[in-house]
Formats: sequence, structure tokens, C-alpha cells
Amino acid sequence: MLHRCTRAIRALLVVLATGWALTPASGQAPSPGTAATTLPRTADGRPDLQGTWSNATITPIDRPEGAPPVYTEAQARRLERGYADRVERLAQPSDPNRTAPPQGGDGSTGAAGNVGGYNNFWVDPGDRVAVVNGQYRTSLIVDPPNGRVPALTDAGRRKAAARAEQFRTRGGEYDHPEFRPLAERCLMSFGSNAGPPMLPNYFYNNNYQIVQTKDHVMILAEMVHDVRIIRMNATAHPPAHIRPWMGDSIGRWEGDTLVVETTNFHPLQVFRGASDTLKVIERFTRVDADTIVYRFTIDDLDTWVAPWGGEVPFRRTDEQVFEYACHEGNYALANILSGARAQEREAATKKQNR
Amino acid sequence: MRSALGGLIAGMLSGAVLMSLGIGAEPGLAQQSAATAIPRTAAGRPDLNGLWQALNTANYDIQAHTARPAMAMRPGPVVPIPARDVIALGAIGAVPSGTGVVVGDELPYLPEALAQKKKNQESWLTLDPEIKCYLPGVPRANYMPFPFQIFQSDTAFFMAYEYAGAVRNVFLSNPGPAPVDSWMGQSWGRWDGDTFVVESSGFNDQTWFDRSGNHHSEQMTVVERYTMTDRDHIQYEATITDPKVFSRPWTMRMPLYRHVNAEARLGQFKCVEFVEELMFGQYRKVPAR
Repeated sequence: MLHRCTRAIRALLVVLATGWALTPASGQAPSPGTAATTLPRTADGRPDLQGTWSNATITPIDRPEGAPPVYTEAQARRLERGYADRVERLAQPSDPNRTAPPQGGDGSTGAAGNVGGYNNFWVDPGDRVAVVNGQYRTSLIVDPPNGRVPALTDAGRRKAAARAEQFRTRGGEYDHPEFRPLAERCLMSFGSNAGPPMLPNYFYNNNYQIVQTKDHVMILAEMVHDVRIIRMNATAHPPAHIRPWMGDSIGRWEGDTLVVETTNFHPLQVFRGASDTLKVIERFTRVDADTIVYRFTIDDLDTWVAPWGGEVPFRRTDEQVFEYACHEGNYALANILSGARAQEREAATKKQNR
Repeated sequence: MRSALGGLIAGMLSGAVLMSLGIGAEPGLAQQSAATAIPRTAAGRPDLNGLWQALNTANYDIQAHTARPAMAMRPGPVVPIPARDVIALGAIGAVPSGTGVVVGDELPYLPEALAQKKKNQESWLTLDPEIKCYLPGVPRANYMPFPFQIFQSDTAFFMAYEYAGAVRNVFLSNPGPAPVDSWMGQSWGRWDGDTFVVESSGFNDQTWFDRSGNHHSEQMTVVERYTMTDRDHIQYEATITDPKVFSRPWTMRMPLYRHVNAEARLGQFKCVEFVEELMFGQYRKVPAR
């Protein structure tokens, strides 16, 4: 209890110090006045967030070094055209006389070491620059204004070093299924799709379905059919040792914005090295018929010197959300591990024959 | 005297029963009907929002069955005994009895399909998709020994299952044939009076109806009927049509019960992680002993 109190007080102090809670993430809230009357609403008068949404975008989460905060429209269109051209180029029929990829892959990064995994047909990373408040954004992170994650605290640095050391010493990355990434194990999506924060994965299936009832907001992330059940107006998170996947989320309405607070994150679902006291605040504002502006704040002063956050447009889509039965078709994990064992056997035989 | 006493007792009893039902006194009656009336949405439809669960042993066997020592058995020196792999579970691995949920108790298998059912049963430990934490399919999802939550609004009907994090989005108009086969199929629902009728198709042939190897093909269609009988109960019915496996449609029926405690919440049973040792343990650098 005492611990919780001190944490609450500390969080409050931070809020007061930064003014974070007093203004929306970027201080650029869309003026709801114009849209408020025309926005779809539920029977109980709340903004209707229901439907199918996509947060796919070519705007990266972190701002590239040296990029301005926003693109001009011409710059944005050029980027989008570049992306479209690339898709068209990759959609051309393959040369039937091409040679096989080199054994073991060509060494470049990419699916399956580029021996031929997913080709471009199968991916859908987004084709548009993220637009918020009419601005073409160069990063989804907008706080701090440089668009980049703030510095680690001393504790955060020590933790990162300890983690790196553990990675280095625990054995080969293919020794155990537990050493493989969560997505490869079909436990969670790539990146932070289901989150929170719910961010695009820049690969595929960045789709969400939202259903609103009196007591709950349900958000389905297409990736790994993960469901977030947000309890509206609940008064308390579960005890600290209860740590579900996607954490524990409590929602409330602040005017026409759905505000969701999430704590109690799963110990394996570590967002960018966050600590177990991570708190994520999300704000969902439907700004027009086709857009929810999604704002997120990462509050973890054990890890970063300041709270940080961003804005992501969720665009309405008529695309169907498909069943991502990941585990049921996960031949890869067994093959990855048994492949490593085969390599070890081969190496042992070679050594013997030498 | 005896009959008078009997009558008195009967009178007291019926009075007690009436009182306990809240019948007889005006405020009681009002209270009772308010407490058990079917909740309704603003649009006047039964409101199925909530946490529901079947209370039966259909997940072991949808047909009537007696209790037995284990799902996997082998011949023993005197009587059949549990298979080696499940001995350690003792009474926890035993199968509870059940009256079955199939109307008429008979499953009209075609001969080949019946043979497959028997094969499934014999190789239960290696074949049951539940053992590998695979998605449960329909209608099995509704009578797994886990709750599921219905999210119903004027424009959506969605079911989230605790087991394996399975989900079903129920379209509110017919979307046409499913674009692709899936584990949980494609569902669409409509109201038939106060009954929510869900038609599902587009299944693959990988899910079972229970741990007893009862199975279906990718041609299966399921018509479910959700009828609230009072605030806390749904009479649930599922009619299975699958010409590749069954000679005629057949129906299962069971009540679904609401979790009434205020703290009730859908838990997570993301069991993929729990079966990693079973499925991938043999591929560790040094397999655990």
C-alpha cells in the first residue's frame, strides 16, 4: 500500500513537473467542436469507436535522424509514390531463368535470410504517411518534440546492460524455444500491435476491431487474435503479481475522448525495455468518420528520464479481419530449433572427420 | 389428524416456497420479475452481454458417458488401466460422467467417419487438438470448461473465449461464403424473435467436438440458437450439418450460465506457451529430462 502511494505521488509530481497530463500528447488536439455534432455516437451518447481500423503507415515510430517534425504535402506524396512504385516493381513476374538463391541465403537481412520467404505479395506494411491534425508526420513519437525516445535513467541503463549480458551468456539463440521472440512463438504479435501501446508492425495485419458496450470496450488485434478487454470505470487494477498479457486496462471517458490506463504488464511482454512499473495511458478520439486519433503516453520513470508518447492515426477500413491462427500453423519454430540441432550434428561430424 | 398435519406441513412448505420465490406479496413479485427478467438493449433485443459458461462434461464426451479412470487407456493385467503417459495424474486425469448434450444421444456417423472417430479415440493423446492448444472450433468453444464473454452492441456481436484466446466476430448480416477456411469459421447472426440465431461455416476439418474424437469435415455448417430464459441463463442449441461425416443433421442442447459474481472477469488461458515443452521440448539443445 505504502509502495503504491509513493508511486502515485511520484507519478503526480512528474505530471506537475512536466505538465504532461494537462495537455494532450502534442498539445495539438484536434478541435472537437466542428466534428462533435456530426460524429457517430452510441445509444448512450458516447462517440462510437466501433468498427474495423488499421494503423498501418509508412511513418516510423522513431523520427529518423535529421528529419523535420513534419513533411510538406509534396514530400509526403513523393514518399507514398516511392512506396507504390516499389510495390509495383516487386509485383512484376519473376524471371523464369533466375538462378536459385545461394545455399544458406544471401546473407542479407530479411525473411529467412532471403532464401525466399515472404515475397512482397504477402506483406502489407502500410502505404501512407501518418496524418494527424493535417500534418504529415515524420515519426509517430511526438513527445518529446524531437520525436525520439528520451534517455534512459541510470536504473534503465543498468537494466539494459544486465539484459544484454544475460543475452550474451545464456546460450545460443536457437538453444531453447524460450529464447525465440514472442512473435515466433506465436505468443504475441510482431512489434507492439496489441500493445498497449498499439503500434503498427510495419509488416502486415495492422487491423483492429473495436466493440463498445456499457461496461467494456473490446479491442481485437488481428495479429494472434489478441483481445484487450477494457473495463470502463473500474476502480482498481489487480494485485501487482497478476500480470496478464497486454496488461490490465481500465477505461473512462474524458469528454469525447476514451482514456485507457494500463498497468500490470506481463513479465515477458517488455515494451522497449520498460520496467514492471510501466503505465501506459491511451487516448482515443474519433476526429472524423474515417479516423481515430490514438495518443499514447509511456510513463515509466524507472526506465526513462521523462514520460514520452506519440500519436497514431487509426483509419477506418472495410477490410475483413482474418483469423491469425499462428500457433496452429507454426511449423517454423520446430524447424528453426531442429535445424539448429542438425547444424550442430553436422559441425560435430566435420570436427570428428578432421 | 395425520392428514391435517400433513396438510399443515404442505401448506407451510408451499408458503415457504412461494415466499422464497418472492411470489404472493406485491413487492416480492415486482422484485422477482425485475431480478430475473431478461435484460434488454435500448433497441429491445435480449441483452446477452456478459460472461457465460456451460456446466457439463460435454468437452470430455458430448454423448452420455460414465466416469472412467482416464481418457487414454490400455489393456491391463485384470481390467483396462490408464496409458503410461497419464498415470501420474491419478484421479485428476480421470473422466467425470455426464448425461450428454446430444439430443437423442445418437450421432448419425457415416461408416467411414465412425471408423475415424474410433481411430481418433485410440490415438487421443497424439491427435486431440485441445492437447496442443489449438483453437477449439464451433460449437466446442462454447462448452470448453472456461467462460466466454459476449460483447453485444447495436452494431456488433463478438465472442471472446478464455480458452486459447479464441474469438468469433458474428456479422450482423450475411457476408456470403467464407473467403477462406478457418478454425473458428465465419459466423453471422440474426434475431428470430428473442432468439439470436448464428449460422457458421467456412471451417477447416481440424477441430473436434470433444476429447472423445468426435469430428467433422470442412463441409460442416453450424446453426446456433441463443435464447435467454431469464437474466442468468441462455438455452443454447447447436445443429450440425455435415454431409461428408453425418447422414443427417443433429442437435446438441445445453444451458449456459452467467457468472454472477460482481468480480467475474474473463481470464487469459494463452496455452500456446504451456505446450511448448510438449511440442518443441525435443528440439532443445539439451532436452530436459
